[in-house]
Amino acid sequence: MRLAFKIAKQFLKNNKGQTVLILLGITIGISVQIFIGSLIDGLQLSLVDKTIGSSSHITISPSGRDNFFEDKDDIYSMLRADTRFTQVSSSFDAAGFLLYDEETYSLLSRGFDFQDANGIYKFDERIIEGRLPNGEREVALGIGLVDELGLNIGDELDFIIPEIALENVTLVGVFDLRIASLNRSWMITEISSAQKLFQREGQISSIETQVENVFDADIIAEDLSMSLSNSLQVDNWKAQNEELLSGLTGQSASSYMIQVFVLLAVLLGISSVLAISVVQKSRQLGILKAMGIKNKTASQIFLFQGLILGIFGGILGTGLGIGLTYIFSVFVTNPDGTPLVPFYLDYGFVAFSVAIAIIAAMVAAFIPARKSSKLNPIEVIRNG
Amino acid sequence: MANVLELSKINKIYGEKIKTQVLFDVDLGFEESSFNSIIGASGSGKSTLMNIMGTLDKPTSGDVLIDGRSTKDMSANQLSAFRNETIGFIFQFHYLLPEFSVIDNILIPYEIKHGKVNAQALKRANDLIEIVGLTKVRKNKATDISGGQQQRAAIARALINSPRIILGDEPTGNLDSETTENVYNMLRDINNEFKSTFIVITHDKRIAEKADRIIEIKDGKISMDIRS
Ligand SMILES: Nc1ncnc2c1ncn2[C@@H]1O[C@H](COP(=O)(O)OP(=O)(O)OP(=O)(O)O)[C@@H](O)[C@H]1O
Ligand SMILES: [Mg+2]
Repeated sequence: MRLAFKIAKQFLKNNKGQTVLILLGITIGISVQIFIGSLIDGLQLSLVDKTIGSSSHITISPSGRDNFFEDKDDIYSMLRADTRFTQVSSSFDAAGFLLYDEETYSLLSRGFDFQDANGIYKFDERIIEGRLPNGEREVALGIGLVDELGLNIGDELDFIIPEIALENVTLVGVFDLRIASLNRSWMITEISSAQKLFQREGQISSIETQVENVFDADIIAEDLSMSLSNSLQVDNWKAQNEELLSGLTGQSASSYMIQVFVLLAVLLGISSVLAISVVQKSRQLGILKAMGIKNKTASQIFLFQGLILGIFGGILGTGLGIGLTYIFSVFVTNPDGTPLVPFYLDYGFVAFSVAIAIIAAMVAAFIPARKSSKLNPIEVIRNG
Repeated sequence: MANVLELSKINKIYGEKIKTQVLFDVDLGFEESSFNSIIGASGSGKSTLMNIMGTLDKPTSGDVLIDGRSTKDMSANQLSAFRNETIGFIFQFHYLLPEFSVIDNILIPYEIKHGKVNAQALKRANDLIEIVGLTKVRKNKATDISGGQQQRAAIARALINSPRIILGDEPTGNLDSETTENVYNMLRDINNEFKSTFIVITHDKRIAEKADRIIEIKDGKISMDIRS
């Protein structure tokens, strides 16, 4: 082993040109792999984040025709204590109409405990004028509606509670959720205020959550619905975004394809250079065998060369790959200066890539190693 | 004295379709600690015979016995270990590993045997280097010394494991006559001191005559065998 390693090292050192060539091959291969892998990962994450970053991942709501329920079992606290969930927020949602200039505008009144809801919807960051509602009859409306009707902060507005009454509310803030439909149709308010307006104190319409591992949302939802009563239903974002998910899957598949072919090219490159090196070193191998080196040791020489090349190529490739990914995120930007694809590194994936580099180099060394093992010293001795 | 190396009924036929028989029923025994030379015309089969003696090549029929042990049924691994411990080779064209220094080259058979080098081995290597007169160039790359020095390094390498048998195939083939003389004197000294058995192929009649025994090969048969 030790001798094989020593000889492998000496062989690599003495054929600097070849060694550099192989290292370059592995480095480029692995860096492309890491670059493409990270790019696609970053792209998908940012896509997923844009899609569900500011919305509920798993939502609990009454099943059937009921719109409201009382959280008697304290599901809210149970979910809060569950580490799989990063955000839990109860809401009271009900439809109503804004009466303005003799016209009615259909609105979804959403009542939140903002301390919880900000975790999901980031209302605190999305308020572009005024402030968040925090008292009774205080509401915030979306920029779309506010602009359309020419409303101002402090305006008193008439809000029709269907089948109940015409109530008076005060506009205290304007939000921009960056989704036009929500900016026109949502009216947000404190949950207790909403409950009072609709005369349903103590009731809620849904519990919204975000989970740590977004792609496990379906599994967690499944798990959750088992433990909840039948009168409640559990929805998750994956079930509602199948198109996005199949797009992501397709993207991942093509990324894997690219990675596989890059690796294949690297593998062929290394093995062909190493195969040439066996021929070049056949004189040395012949003399080593005449001196009694075992066939196994002779093959280990090339496996060690593969290992050494794999380790160094893997490290260099990782450095270059991370560098490329970083540079891409810094220099390839949207018009507003934010990166087109945010810098994202999955350490597991990087470690996996290095492992792949080492394994690929060893696999590539396998054929030369076999050749070296089979080499008969007499051929070399006889032919000088 | 007992025979340390014995060839029994060695035949060697080269080729599959067109068969050329190179050795014919060769029987030969070599005594412990003797210094033997093999001579013969070019193409007579000397190298073929020596490669078979050194277990590098297999005879078409017949057996090679070393210390009375048949090598016929040994596995490749057994033969490797056997070669490593019992036989030292000195080839005509040196065959040092160009990637390594002189001293590293000399230590390789030791490393093959023991896996690593200890202080004792290093001392032995340095002693041998002293004997063959390479102290000044011991750290040089094998390619950065003269032909005669390479030859002497190969001799030191053949001796590092104190093998019972040392085989030389024209070990001074491409050296000038003075260096040749020196190298042979050195081999004889080593033979006297370490008691290893030497079997050396040579073209040089003068050198051959210094051996304890001269064997001549002619057309694959022993045509002359003189002991002094
Ligand atoms: N691999 C081979 N295939 C066929 N014939 C071979 C092979 N090797 C050697 N021979 C033949 O065997 C004969 C003996 O060769 P060998 O190398 O043993 O001669 P030699 O006595 O060592 O000659 P020299 O003094 O020139 O080194 C020669 O006729 C040679 O052509
Ligand atoms: Mg010959």
